[in-house]
Amino acid sequence: MSDVSLSARSKARVTRRPWHALVRWETLLVLAILVDFAINAHASPYFLDPWTLSDVTVSVAEKAVVALAMAFLVMAGEIDISVGGIIALASVSMGLVARAGLPLPLVVASGIATGLLAGCVNGALVTIGRVPSIVATIGTMTLFRGIAYAVLGDGVLKTYPPGFAWLGQGSVAGPVSFELVLFVALAAVAIVLRHATAFGRRVVATGSNPEASRMSGIATDRLRFALFVAVGTAAGLASVLLTSRLGSTRPSIAQGWELEIITMVILGGVAIEGGIGTIPGVVLAAILMGLVTFGLGLLNVPGIVMSVVTGTMLIVVVAVPAALRRYGGGRQ
Amino acid sequence: MPESFLRLLRTREAGLLGLNLLLLAAIAPFFPAFLRPGSLAGLLDDTALLILLALGEMLVLLTRGVDLSIAANLAFTGMVVALLDQYHPGLGLAPVLILSVLMGAALGAVNGLLVWRLRIPSIVVTLGTLSIYRGAVYLASGGRWVNSNQMSPQFLAFVRLQLGGVSMLSWIAIACAVLVALFLRRSVRGRDLYAAGNNPSAALYAGIDVGVMQFSAFLIAGAIAGLCGYLWVSRYAVAYTDVASGFELQVIAACVIGGVSISGGVGSVAGVVLGALFLGIIKNALPLVGVSPFFQMAVSGVVITGAVLINARGTQASALRILERRPA
Repeated sequence: MSDVSLSARSKARVTRRPWHALVRWETLLVLAILVDFAINAHASPYFLDPWTLSDVTVSVAEKAVVALAMAFLVMAGEIDISVGGIIALASVSMGLVARAGLPLPLVVASGIATGLLAGCVNGALVTIGRVPSIVATIGTMTLFRGIAYAVLGDGVLKTYPPGFAWLGQGSVAGPVSFELVLFVALAAVAIVLRHATAFGRRVVATGSNPEASRMSGIATDRLRFALFVAVGTAAGLASVLLTSRLGSTRPSIAQGWELEIITMVILGGVAIEGGIGTIPGVVLAAILMGLVTFGLGLLNVPGIVMSVVTGTMLIVVVAVPAALRRYGGGRQ
Repeated sequence: MPESFLRLLRTREAGLLGLNLLLLAAIAPFFPAFLRPGSLAGLLDDTALLILLALGEMLVLLTRGVDLSIAANLAFTGMVVALLDQYHPGLGLAPVLILSVLMGAALGAVNGLLVWRLRIPSIVVTLGTLSIYRGAVYLASGGRWVNSNQMSPQFLAFVRLQLGGVSMLSWIAIACAVLVALFLRRSVRGRDLYAAGNNPSAALYAGIDVGVMQFSAFLIAGAIAGLCGYLWVSRYAVAYTDVASGFELQVIAACVIGGVSISGGVGSVAGVVLGALFLGIIKNALPLVGVSPFFQMAVSGVVITGAVLINARGTQASALRILERRPA
């Protein structure tokens, strides 16, 4: 958000020494994961059970699916605050389709399509309406969740077709849940897209210098639009998983998820100003957050206190390298 | 008509004022009671907290930052002063007021220091402190509620004090708006704040410490949020963990509708007050018009999205440009 911090970042990149590869972001995340894994295993005798570990993946996979898409959007210099609202809206549309007695594929399709449409609205506001993305999606967040409330009021939708529950609760083989398999597959696709295709380079280029990118022939507006649609679709998919797992729809579903998802992305080392970030980092951050919140859950720590831990984690993880860069990294 | 008056008519603030009056005029024929002085005073009382928080948020937005933690700051400070009052009801009001402002300022200073000294983007910092402060409310209260019967009479009476037909809460909002306006228009620091957000590099060369300006903005925003913590808890006569949850986004919406630029350096107190009143009028008129409470959020969403879209149109330069202009 400020030019000052951007230049500080680029300076730090120039002065990087060989041993700095050891303190790569991903290495630190792996270390944090190992430490937390050890703490969890020590603190609770139930933690190392494969079925317990399977539960870890289920609770985090839904947010992580959205975080993968959000990572691309943030790398391109934009943000989407409305994902929680999209999940609620998609869940309501699935609930209505299911109540009308339509078959399972249509129920799932309606959820994903709702997410896709919501993404189009966000994309259009930013690329055609020229509204800054944080402002546009604060508006649509209220709008999407507001529509969910308008349709459902204080009611609940819970008539879903048989087989729907498998998506969020079922397992592919033993303790390997469908959600986990889906997340691993999507993460693989995201890694290839980000690190091995021209598309990934274009996303990063657009985030680090939109003007230069546009002048060198990248259709930056079309790219941004596509990324908003991708985030919306991912939120629709997350809504399918979440609704299936809970087995019911309320308009307050996924409240506050946008902040957890964005925390995951930033924790993964994606620069909020855009232009910097890796997908393995985001995947590791998702695993770390899943382990930490689950470990605290095992110790009967209430959810609201976990938010203190995730908030502190976010700040510490960002502040320590920043402090080292500023006070320990020699002359500026 | 003098030239300067015509120029005044073309400003965004004049447009917003017109929009607000139009809204009132549209409601008036159907519900004349809405325009009674008593109802308008009630409207101001309902919107005062939004105005106060939006004034603080504007300062942060002016320096190219954003503060997502103000509602959590409000909840945390509100809970702490409510607990103070519950366990020491004999202390009177002064310690409560002083503590709320100081504690809010301290919480704001945490944000400011991280942004200033470590140069972490403000959205990251306040996303983190938002979770921390909100969790701290739970830690401070143990998840309990502090209800009106546990609050001392003077704790509850202060915001409801009527002076000239208008509540003390409204007077505080008015006084704060005047103070912030004077600070921004008449003091060197205030002008520096605009400069730091408008063009940080140029401000640096002009001898303005951009980091200090960012810190000051967070400090003031925090102090206002802390004061609002007491005012909110007293106004609604209850303190619990989820007080004002998500309110920060409404506050930012009020700022943006009021013409504050999210990319810094642009915005006025008059615009922010009118933007907050715009949201306040809609919120107060919807139940009157017979819109079900479940539709209110959707309508607010349409209004906020529409308003930011129109705002973006208003600030857009010529459509036929090759290079984007840097945001002013």
